[in-house]
Amino acid sequence: MDYEKLLSDSAKKMRPSGIRKFFDLVAEMPDCISLGVGEPDFQTPWDIRDMAIHSLELGRTKYTANSGLKELRTEIGNYLKRKYNMEYGVDELLVTVGGSEAIDLAIRALIEPGDEVIIPEPCYVSYEPITTLTEGVPVPVPTKEEDDFRVTAEAIKNAITDKTKILVLPFPNNPTGAVLRHQDLVEIADVLRDKDIVILSDEIYSELKYDQKHESIATIEGMREKTIVINGFSKTFSMTGWRLGYAAGPKPLIQVMTKIHQSCIMAAPTTSQYAAITALRDCDEDVEEMRRQYDMRRKYCVRKLNEMGLKTFEPMGAFYVFPNIQSSGLSSDEFCEQLLEKKKVAIIPGTAFGASGEGFARISYAYSIDHLREAMKRIKEFLSELKGENTDE
Amino acid sequence: MNDMDLLRLLADDPRATVTELADILGEEENTVRNKKRELEKKKVICGYHTVINWDKTNEDHVDAMIGVSAKPERGKGYDKIASRIARFPEVSSLYLMSGTSEFMVNINARTMREVADFVGEKLAPIDGITATVTMFVLKKYKVNGITMDMEAEVEDDRLPVSA
Repeated sequence: MDYEKLLSDSAKKMRPSGIRKFFDLVAEMPDCISLGVGEPDFQTPWDIRDMAIHSLELGRTKYTANSGLKELRTEIGNYLKRKYNMEYGVDELLVTVGGSEAIDLAIRALIEPGDEVIIPEPCYVSYEPITTLTEGVPVPVPTKEEDDFRVTAEAIKNAITDKTKILVLPFPNNPTGAVLRHQDLVEIADVLRDKDIVILSDEIYSELKYDQKHESIATIEGMREKTIVINGFSKTFSMTGWRLGYAAGPKPLIQVMTKIHQSCIMAAPTTSQYAAITALRDCDEDVEEMRRQYDMRRKYCVRKLNEMGLKTFEPMGAFYVFPNIQSSGLSSDEFCEQLLEKKKVAIIPGTAFGASGEGFARISYAYSIDHLREAMKRIKEFLSELKGENTDE
Repeated sequence: MNDMDLLRLLADDPRATVTELADILGEEENTVRNKKRELEKKKVICGYHTVINWDKTNEDHVDAMIGVSAKPERGKGYDKIASRIARFPEVSSLYLMSGTSEFMVNINARTMREVADFVGEKLAPIDGITATVTMFVLKKYKVNGITMDMEAEVEDDRLPVSA
């Protein structure tokens, strides 16, 4: 069999995840201290797990409606209203297998060969390959350290062409921890107001914000009709393994996404959906406690990294810090590989999240403070040994 | 320094040293030491406790909870009776309750005999106490937020690297 000949060109063209390479390196070093995860360290709050068990005891083991339990969609609508003052009815919501399925559906529902997708980078790793798979054209827009990694309306404006169909807006951002302010949203909205461009607003980290409450671009005047909001349960409620997310948007878009979802997924996992109702209704305090813990770790990491000479801007969202490692004289890849090799600490090169991540690295603080202290100690040692070597030369 | 940050850290780990706390909070060790002393003096921090599962030792150990019915004293309410009960070293905690009896008294002793003697000779004779109901603890599942003898939840089983 000539598999190469059989496999589709667009699938072959998908760039392998930059994370993957590093994953393989780390897998060979089982006793390393990892700061490489993209998921919370907390257990899912017990009330949520308890409801899942209860739903199984009652025998709720069948498919749900394609778009998800109506009760869950109603609760998502209530939650979005309560938290962010957004209004979505049950037919404007689709329950998906994680936020990542929602990203896939949105891109596939909209993109034809040659259509352009503007992707602010560094960013989460799936927008680009999915765009490539649909034969769309990814248009990366680098965000900059001097802008605190916020994407500017100006940069978006410059990237827009006649072929632009989607603007991905991934904030709070993985890997930088950057957030957009009200003023940023207003300026971006002004650029898009008279254009037929859909905003794919990935707000999966919306509850992990440390300065002020999250604001969605969908609530800026005129933007609701252009925006597909993606959110989910993985980060907020520490439910990554439950595989549950959702999309909220204008009915004509959600309908087509639901059609694709019907064919490839059928419906999101039933047990997870029942558990998610409890998450939305009863777990505000659990989320608040997790945020408090993250916030303490965040401040700790930012301070430690700056003290040891790695310039690190203070991120206001998600659970990552994104230090500038250029003072080491190494590239992102070299820095991370050597740190792993010499001090057995795993962090992710910024380049795994787009070319503009060169010179930076992602450190996740979804770990206990003791774990972080040990890791910071080792990074500091690594840097002073590096300095020692440089002076020797 | 935010008092709550320090208190949360100590609630999580009462053994944390001043050096560790200062490092986590980004404060001088002296600042943390003084703040900790101040909170202890004000009785915001009332103590640092070790939770021991005595069942796993060879020591004899019996815990009991005693519901105590009492009549309040004119002008003093229940406080005077409470202070009399609380002074016995066998009493590990004492609460004024709603419900059928006025107080709930927790006793740590070595044998059931000791508990019986405590109730009969020390507790019941106190003026104002009208009845006691003694309940022996058979097995402890959770003490002060710490589970005992239960199947442990998984340790960190996340993939070491993920997007």
